[in-house]
Amino acid sequence: MTGSMVNISKRWGYHGIDALKKASPGYLMLMGAFALLALAGVSVGLHGMVVGYHHVYGVSREISWGILISAYVFCVVTSTGLCIISSIGHVFGGEAFMPIAKRAVFMSIIFMLGGFCIIFFDIENPFRMAIYNVISPNLSSNMWWMGTLYGAYLVFMIIEYYFLLEQNHSLSRLMGFFGLVVGIAAHSNLGAVFGMLHGRPFWYGPYLPIYFIFSAAMSGGCAIMFVSTLAWKINPEIMNQRMERAIKAVCQVTIFLISTIMFFTIWKIVTGMVSHDKSLVIMSLVTGDYAINFWCFEIFLGMVLPLFLLLRSRGNNFNMIMWATGLMMVGIFFMRYDIVIPGQMISVYHSLGVEEALDIIKYTPSFHEIMAALFGLSVICFAYFAGEKMLNGHQLEKHEIVPEGGYICPGCGAIHFMEEGETVEDAMKRHHKIW
Amino acid sequence: MTFPKIDLNKLKNEGTESVTIKERRNFLKLGFAITGVYASGKILSLSSTFSGVAYASGGSDFVEKYPYNPHYSMVIRQSLCIDCEKCVEACNKTNHVPEYGYRTRILTRKYQGQLDKQVEFIPVLCNHCNDAPCVRACPTKATYKDPVTGIVRMESKKCIGCKTCMLACPYDARYFNAGRHAIDKCDFCWEERLSKGETQTGCSSACPTGARTFGNLTDPENIVFKLVHQLEESVWVLRPEDGTKPNIFYMKGNMVSVDNILKGQKFIYSDPAKS
Ligand code: SF4
Ligand code: SF4
Repeated sequence: MTGSMVNISKRWGYHGIDALKKASPGYLMLMGAFALLALAGVSVGLHGMVVGYHHVYGVSREISWGILISAYVFCVVTSTGLCIISSIGHVFGGEAFMPIAKRAVFMSIIFMLGGFCIIFFDIENPFRMAIYNVISPNLSSNMWWMGTLYGAYLVFMIIEYYFLLEQNHSLSRLMGFFGLVVGIAAHSNLGAVFGMLHGRPFWYGPYLPIYFIFSAAMSGGCAIMFVSTLAWKINPEIMNQRMERAIKAVCQVTIFLISTIMFFTIWKIVTGMVSHDKSLVIMSLVTGDYAINFWCFEIFLGMVLPLFLLLRSRGNNFNMIMWATGLMMVGIFFMRYDIVIPGQMISVYHSLGVEEALDIIKYTPSFHEIMAALFGLSVICFAYFAGEKMLNGHQLEKHEIVPEGGYICPGCGAIHFMEEGETVEDAMKRHHKIW
Repeated sequence: MTFPKIDLNKLKNEGTESVTIKERRNFLKLGFAITGVYASGKILSLSSTFSGVAYASGGSDFVEKYPYNPHYSMVIRQSLCIDCEKCVEACNKTNHVPEYGYRTRILTRKYQGQLDKQVEFIPVLCNHCNDAPCVRACPTKATYKDPVTGIVRMESKKCIGCKTCMLACPYDARYFNAGRHAIDKCDFCWEERLSKGETQTGCSSACPTGARTFGNLTDPENIVFKLVHQLEESVWVLRPEDGTKPNIFYMKGNMVSVDNILKGQKFIYSDPAKS
């Protein structure tokens, strides 16, 4: 047992619970806080499940998707984004992006799991889902595809992560490719879950599937920079030249993606203003109830401020990047909320001109909903902090220290292990065999 | 995208003079081939899966081939609704609808500056769409179109409660029923009445004015068939732009011609000078 532990530790960089024991008290307290929050969240969520969600949730007949779906969308968007950005490196061979792969794939799995935690408390009969999604599938339903594709995506990502740990680069690359394809399919389909609903003009159309992909890539870039720079705060040793180069590359891509999303947002607003069905919603975002969400969070925190800070940081100022991307994550959360809720604010009978449907419909998240959403989010935070310690900052190489039997690959810079009687060159070929 | 707002008060009855004989004939053919929905020269709703025209054995030349048999449908004669909500009460009682939900409701539209009335009541319920968005959206086929009657029904045990159908429905016809652990919606009283041999829904039998008429669209003798297949008064559906092919039809329903049809007369031209 101990023998294999040592082995795993060497090959996977797995440092086990011991690493946690060595962590500073402040660090442990932070982890404890997230664990408690997750526990509180799950208890409140279960309470809601027992007493019946319709008593404790703020969602209604008209606004039936609330903050839980927004938080779920936030999580899966980030997960897909992490997969997209990291695949530039370890799937498509963009050398500069390679060092982020392990942390990105790990976090992508965690975000997906966090998303599942949240949707568990949104779906009224989650246990039925496991049965009837399989024995009574409706292939024309986007919702069915969403469950199926995200499930497959999670499986691919987990296998990919295993091969990344095992340093089997050809298999991890193959799995990464499948994961990417399924992830993009899953994600554009999520856009279509919204985009294919008649009678919801704010969502209806091809805009959302396309927007979701770009928006995911932006969130992914932001999330990678945030978790990497935060990891650097936790353990400055993880930053080496290759990592610095990677952050810089991600920074450049993210700047481009933020600009793209700005472009999307501008045209959404401008076209919406002249549309009879959407103008009420657009006006509530621009000047009404959702103006603070929209201008302060979505626009300022989510796009303008990070764009400015990332440009100023030139990709080298990690403190600045950390703040920019941390705040941007908050902004992105509101971005998701601003898609999910406003899409339902106009009654389907509004165009009939009846008294009951003149005004926009209001929604306020309830305590139970907020706690259930926090459950998923704190699971993600907890897993992140645990992962940084237990997986040794997702790094194998601690600069010069190369474990026995390993060598630094001149091609990719990671540490590879030679099998017995193998030359360095053979080992390199084995690791980077092209499928 | 803007949905055309049809302001029925602004529509004028074009009268028969303005329709040429040829148009009239074409439309008569169409009127049978297409669910005869005609408002200000625009056909608003086509009945789905129209598969050729069948020759009927009876009197008329053509009979529409409707996709279901019986093809249940409701025609709402809007002007007759007085907002007494007896239908809503009857529905709640028949189908054990809890306090927080409803399967049908009455909407109110107010007008200003009209001479005849200031308010109009519009009963709404599930349209049992032939192309039902809710059925497409449901991941587990918990909601489905009954292949015989065309009623959109629920198989509650399959419902996972994802609420996609609630958002997919452009008529706000669905709500989550905690007691059933599933979505609940109008089923034309299939479970509580029709399957037990009754011919009317709870709401239509409770309506004191005849605003709600329920029946079988494939039967030329049935009231809904007669109300839909006539030219004198416009018949329309809600949100035709969504292409859901609804089976709830609306008309004002207070014209003499409608009464005449219901009395079995074809046309009576009354001469105001003589009366
Ligand atoms: S009205 Fe709504 S619930 Fe009824 S069939 Fe159409 S989409 Fe489905
Ligand atoms: S809530 Fe139930 S009926 Fe509606 S789409 Fe989900 S599983 Fe189907």
